[in-house]
Parts: sequence; structure tokens; C-alpha cells
Amino acid sequence: MIEFEDVGHSYGERVVLTGVDLRLAERRVAFVGANGSGKSTLARMINGLVAPTSGRVLVDGLDPSRQGREVRRRVGFVFTNPDSQIVMPTAGEDVAFSLRRAGLPRRERAERAAALLAEYGLGGYADHPAHQLSGGQKQVLALCAVLALDPAVLVCDEPTTLLDLRNKRRFVELLGGLEQQVVLVTHDLDLLGGFDRVVVIDGGRVVADDEPEPALRHYRALVT
Amino acid sequence: MVCDVSGSRNPLPAADLARTVVFAAFIAVLGIFPGVYVGGSGVPIVLQNAGPLLAGAVLGARRGAASVVLLLALTAIGLPLLSGGRAGIAPFVGPSGGFLLGWILSALVVGLIVERAKRPRLPVLLAATAAGLAADYLIGVPFLGLYTGDLPAAATQSLVFLPGDAAKVVAASLIAAVLHRALPGRLAGSAKRAP
Amino acid sequence: MTPGGWYEPGSSPLHRAPAGGKFAALLVLAAAVFALRSPAWLGAICAAVVLAYGVARVPLRRCAGVARSLAVLAAFVFVLQWWLLGAGQALVVCLRVVAALAAANLFTITTRIDDVVSAVEGGLAPLRRFGVRPDRIGLLVGLTLRAVAALSAIAAEVREAARARGAQRSVTAFAVPFLVRTLRHADELGEALAARGEGDG
Ligand SMILES: Nc1ncnc2c1ncn2[C@@H]1O[C@H](COP(=O)(O)OP(=O)(O)OP(=O)(O)O)[C@@H](O)[C@H]1O
Ligand SMILES: [Mg+2]
Repeated sequence: MIEFEDVGHSYGERVVLTGVDLRLAERRVAFVGANGSGKSTLARMINGLVAPTSGRVLVDGLDPSRQGREVRRRVGFVFTNPDSQIVMPTAGEDVAFSLRRAGLPRRERAERAAALLAEYGLGGYADHPAHQLSGGQKQVLALCAVLALDPAVLVCDEPTTLLDLRNKRRFVELLGGLEQQVVLVTHDLDLLGGFDRVVVIDGGRVVADDEPEPALRHYRALVT
Repeated sequence: MVCDVSGSRNPLPAADLARTVVFAAFIAVLGIFPGVYVGGSGVPIVLQNAGPLLAGAVLGARRGAASVVLLLALTAIGLPLLSGGRAGIAPFVGPSGGFLLGWILSALVVGLIVERAKRPRLPVLLAATAAGLAADYLIGVPFLGLYTGDLPAAATQSLVFLPGDAAKVVAASLIAAVLHRALPGRLAGSAKRAP
Repeated sequence: MTPGGWYEPGSSPLHRAPAGGKFAALLVLAAAVFALRSPAWLGAICAAVVLAYGVARVPLRRCAGVARSLAVLAAFVFVLQWWLLGAGQALVVCLRVVAALAAANLFTITTRIDDVVSAVEGGLAPLRRFGVRPDRIGLLVGLTLRAVAALSAIAAEVREAARARGAQRSVTAFAVPFLVRTLRHADELGEALAARGEGDG
């Protein structure tokens, strides 16, 4: 359960979020809204990358800005650009990086990483240099590295923006098959078919919060 | 952006680590990409030894020096990060080893001066990078003297590199000046954000 | 760029010797080279190092590469020192350069980076008490190599863009956008590391 209680945020003088009250328990939740409306800021609060300047965020009762470590174990985050979230030279090492705190010997970590890669269609790429993967493969690797920690919640901030149509579809299919709660920030409205709830943000406020169809109707009306 | 997280939190330690690592890599990549031409000359020059000056001018003393230390440490254990793919202990025990170690002091000196400026403009940056270069020579020349057993001779022969290095000082401060204008409030010196 | 770097696989006694021991020997040799002033002794050390290349069975191709770069450097150093200090002193300086560099290169050629990392981790273990984290060295190696790959791609793109604008001869047209994107990359990497629990202790 992710709760926002009267959350506001400002960068210096600039107010970017005001009065956000949300309780997100659904398995598939999307944030949509115009550029600069505050979606990323809101999403980053879920794992403590940004702290609200007013109000409070709770994840399963924990405050991400105080209990960051516990929250980040529960919440995985996938960013837009896979090139900056793949932190190690090879695919296998990158997944193993996630497991570095698991207290496993090096060999076992490598084996587990290879198994995870195989599960998500990157079998045989464990020793492959990450920069030689395709854009779609890189984003799957980024997802894989996050899932290695077995989070309960997955927050994805525009994970498909840099992908072509086929890879977009594939990535969203992968997301659809996960058991985790997923919070997806996106501009690709046609990917939201199977979602339970869509939150529309505009100018730092929640302006619609509903099932996909009515929420997206509201959003489309907003921009036209 | 992590470094700009406002509110009650300190900047995340991961942001510090990332900047250090990425700037070590930045200096390494300056050595891989030789194809930068200066002025009308047809000879490409290697910008790598402008890297420590830029690291100090952009990241400040502490993180700038940390990224140079990281670069040199990884070079020493065998990663080919120096221009020409040089790696291992050899570059450090060679005659110009002191100039490599001097990069650390260089970044430190540049950073200290730039951090003290309210708005780092070109004159400040020129002075800072020139001082940074001088700091490099301060370590490099005596080290060379150890090799030749004759300090004055070492100083004389270091003069060969002075024109090229002076050009890099100018280049580094021009680059840093544009950068400080392009990203106000984000870099060393202008980095006095609200706590 | 491969993490393999300069390493040349082999099974000679020099390859099998522990990295820490080899490194200590290298330091001793470097100190001796600086302390000695007699061309005969320095020559003997050079000969010993050449012999060690034979013992390590370094492929001729690699030997030739090292010899070529050392010859160029030695010639340059010799001419300069001869002019400044005379032939005798020039010879001493040259022998020092050759002995120290050849030995250091041999270390790098016969020692895997993984083994150097393990040796350094072991060597620094006593410093743990003072807050040094030797176990982080492997992590730093990986992060830096990945960052080099990422920035190389960025540098290539920036250079293409500068060329497209006909500005390939301008230092600032390359370096400024490259630095701006480098900083952005650092910010994004910092966020990604934080999200993956780095810095959470
Ligand atoms: N680090 C920062 N410092 C200052 N202002 C920021 C920072 N990050 C974001 N902002 C501002 O906050 C506002 C909301 O940004 P945010 O990134 O949350 O928007 P977004 O809805 O994710 O937009 P997009 O669809 O473009 O990703 C924007 O006006 C942006 O300029
Ligand atoms: Mg966004």
C-alpha cells in the first residue's frame, strides 16, 4: 500500500506539487500528465529519491525519507534511460551488483544472475558487454537487475520512451506478467489497457483518478 | 536530479560516488578521443591532461581530486585508462610519473580556488587552472630531477611541454567558463545551495 | 576497451606467483634502480628483466610492442640528457627508465586485474579499522569501466553532432556539450545507484 497524505513539493521557490492525497493499493497504477506536471517528482517520492517538502508518503507504513533503506528494499525503480541505470560492464555483473548485499559468494551470485537473465530472455548474455545490447535488451536488463532484489513494488518512470514500438509492447507485456504492484509513469496511453487505475496529474495536482477509460478521456479533454 | 534534492535531506551519498566515478571515466575518455584540433593547426591534440583541471573546476576540490585519485589507482592496477592505452605501474615509475601524481594536487588547487569564487568567470578560471598546472609541475619536475639526478636540468627540459600545457590551460578555462554559464548553481563555486 | 587490458594469459612461474609478492618485488626493484648509479649494475638489472620476459614466455609480438615504445622513449631521454648532462649520466638515466618501465610492464602483462584487485583488497584489509572499505575496489573498477563505455558512446555522438555543424575543429564545440552530457549522466547514475540501495549501508 502506497499512501500520499497531503503531499506538496517545491524546488526552491518553485512549487511543483500541491495537496496530493492518494492511497494506491491496486496492482496496476499509471500516472499520466503533461511534461513538467510533476509525475516524476511524485514517483520518486515512493522510494525516497525525493522527499516531500510538506505532507507525508508511506509505503506499507514506512516513511521513505526516514526509513529509506527498508523502503528501497521493497520498492524497485526503473528509469527512462537504461544507459545510466546499467552500472556494471556486463549484463551478468550488473544483475550481480543487485545481489551484492545478499551475503552470497561471488560464484553463486554470478550463477543466480545468469539464471535471472535467462528467465527474462537474456540467456547467454551474462558475459556480454552491456553497451553492445540493443535498446530494448538494455531496458529488459535494467528491469531484471531491479527484480533481482525481489521488490514488492515496481515504480517505472517512462521506461518505454526510448524504445521502438515492438520493444515497447514487449516491455509492457513483461510488466503485465509480474506479480509485483506496478506504478507506471508514461506518455504511451495505448499501453494502459490492462491497468486498474490511472491518475492524471496537471500542474502539480491530481485532476482525475479513475479507471483507464474515464481517466484518459478526462486527460484527452484537458489537452485539446 | 539527486544533487538538487531539496528539503530536509542531505544529497545522497550515491550521487557523490557517481560524480567521482563518472569524472574518472571522463578523464579516461579524453585520452581515448584524440581527435580534437586546436585553432588552425592540423595536429590533433590529446586533451587528457586538461581533464584534472576540468574536474577541479567543475566538481570542486574534494570530488575533483577524488576522481583523479580513482583514475590513477585504477590505472595502477592495470586498466588502460591513460592516453595511448598506457596502464599499470609503468606510467608512474617512468620519467613523467610525477606529472601524473601531480594531477591530484592540480585538481585540488583548481577546485579550492574555484570554490572560493562567487561567480567563476573566465579570469578566475584562468588563474585557477594556471595555478593547477603550476601545482602539477611542482610535483612533476622534482620527480624528473630524481631520475636525472639534476634538478635544474629537469626544469629546463620540462619547458618543452610548457607551450602545449599553456594552451590546455586556456582551453580548460574557456570550457569551464561556458559550462558555469550554462549550468548556473549546479557546479563547484556556485554550489552554495541552501542546506 | 576490455577489462583484460594488458594481461597476457599464461602459465609460467611468473603468472602463477601471487600478485602481492610480485608487486613487492617490483617496488624493491624500482627503489634499487633509483638508488644505483653504476651503469654496470643498472645494465645487469636490465638484463635480468629481459631474462624474466623469457621466463614468463611473453609472446614475441608483446615483447616487440614493449621494446618499441621503450626504444622511442629511451632515445628521446638519451638525446636530451646527453645534451644537458653528458653521455655518462645520460646512459644511467636511460638504463633506469628501461629497467623500471620494462619491469612494471612485465607485472601488468603477467597479472590478471582480478588478482591485483584481490591482492589490493587483502593488502588494505588492516585499514578497515580506519574506515577504508577495500571490498569496494572491485565495485569501483566495474563502475568506472561501465562509465568509460557510456561516456565513449556519448563522446562519439557529440563529435558527430559537432561535425554535422561543421565545428569539428573547435575544442569548445566538442568539450562543452560532452561535459554537459557527462554531468547529466552522473546525475542519472547517482539516482540509479541510490534506487538500487547504494549508500544505504
Ligand atoms: N531537480 C530539479 N530542480 C528544480 N526543478 C526541478 C527539478 N526536477 C524537476 N523540476 C521541475 O519540477 C517540475 C516537475 O518536474 P517532473 O520531472 O516531476 O515532471 P514530469 O511530470 O515528470 O515531466 P515529464 O513528463 O517531462 O517527465 C518541472 O517544472 C521541472 O522543471
Ligand atoms: Mg518525468
